[in-house]
Amino acid sequence: MIEIGIGHYLTLGAIIFLIGIVGIFLNRKNIIVILMSIELILLAVNINLVSFSIYMNDISGQIFTLFILTVAAAEAAIGLAIIVVYYRNSGTIRVEEIEKLKG
Amino acid sequence: MMAHAFFFYFFSFIAVVSAIMVTVSKNTVHSVFFLILDFISISSLFIMIGAEFLGMIMLIVYVGAVAVLFLFVVMMLNVAKQKNTWFKSSTNSAHIPIGLLVSIIIFFEVIIVIGGWKYKPELSNKIVISDVTNTHSIGNVLYTDYIHLFQLSGMVLLVAMIGAIVLTFRKREGLKRQSYFKQLSRERNEGVSLINVKSHQGVKIDD
Repeated sequence: MIEIGIGHYLTLGAIIFLIGIVGIFLNRKNIIVILMSIELILLAVNINLVSFSIYMNDISGQIFTLFILTVAAAEAAIGLAIIVVYYRNSGTIRVEEIEKLKG
Repeated sequence: MMAHAFFFYFFSFIAVVSAIMVTVSKNTVHSVFFLILDFISISSLFIMIGAEFLGMIMLIVYVGAVAVLFLFVVMMLNVAKQKNTWFKSSTNSAHIPIGLLVSIIIFFEVIIVIGGWKYKPELSNKIVISDVTNTHSIGNVLYTDYIHLFQLSGMVLLVAMIGAIVLTFRKREGLKRQSYFKQLSRERNEGVSLINVKSHQGVKIDD
């Protein structure tokens, strides 16, 4: 317990990943919270990459984390722009009432 | 080693609790605040484990840009008062059992993976402390081996920026704007005309 190894960090990443997935599945009201859950999932992936990179003494994992950070920022910008446009057109962003695609 | 364990459990406890609060919080603004707290504690973990550059970049990019973007959108769309309830759905809620089932399956899969995982024998449990700083070694690799990926990520950001502008841009009707080209290309004979005014008759303007 006292000796913190790579397993502890991987467990932390798995827990945050699971919280993100459960947030996506069980959230019904607000689509912005779904976007935040996606950010949580990407954060969990970053934790895994950084801990492997540190414990294996290989810098490539941190480089990939940088690229994931870039893609996450781009994805948040595009997703929020889509949400703003949808709200402007239909007046709601509640997940239950978004049914234009009949999904 | 004791301090490492203590700070690891401290920050990871805060991270897990705030991640749960992000998904179950009733108010969307509170969700964004807990997201910020989550990012801050995870970047403290990164700084503690030895990836200082990434920890600082996480602080700048996520807390400084992405979370503020979320806050702006939440305040602009006026959804802060919208309640975020999980199980009290007014319409059909047939997705809840399926979502729970899939979540439980994923949970047990991850448990199996973590429980059955053996360390590689050469994967030591120690953090190797090198002489060069973290930022220096990232720069050594990022601008040589990964230069093409680096430039491609710049292109991804450019496309995201243009896409966000194109998506949210709209022309407003009935708005008077200044047109510099029309102002500067105005000639004298468009605006001024000389009229012989007869006495006692005056002149009609705008005819």
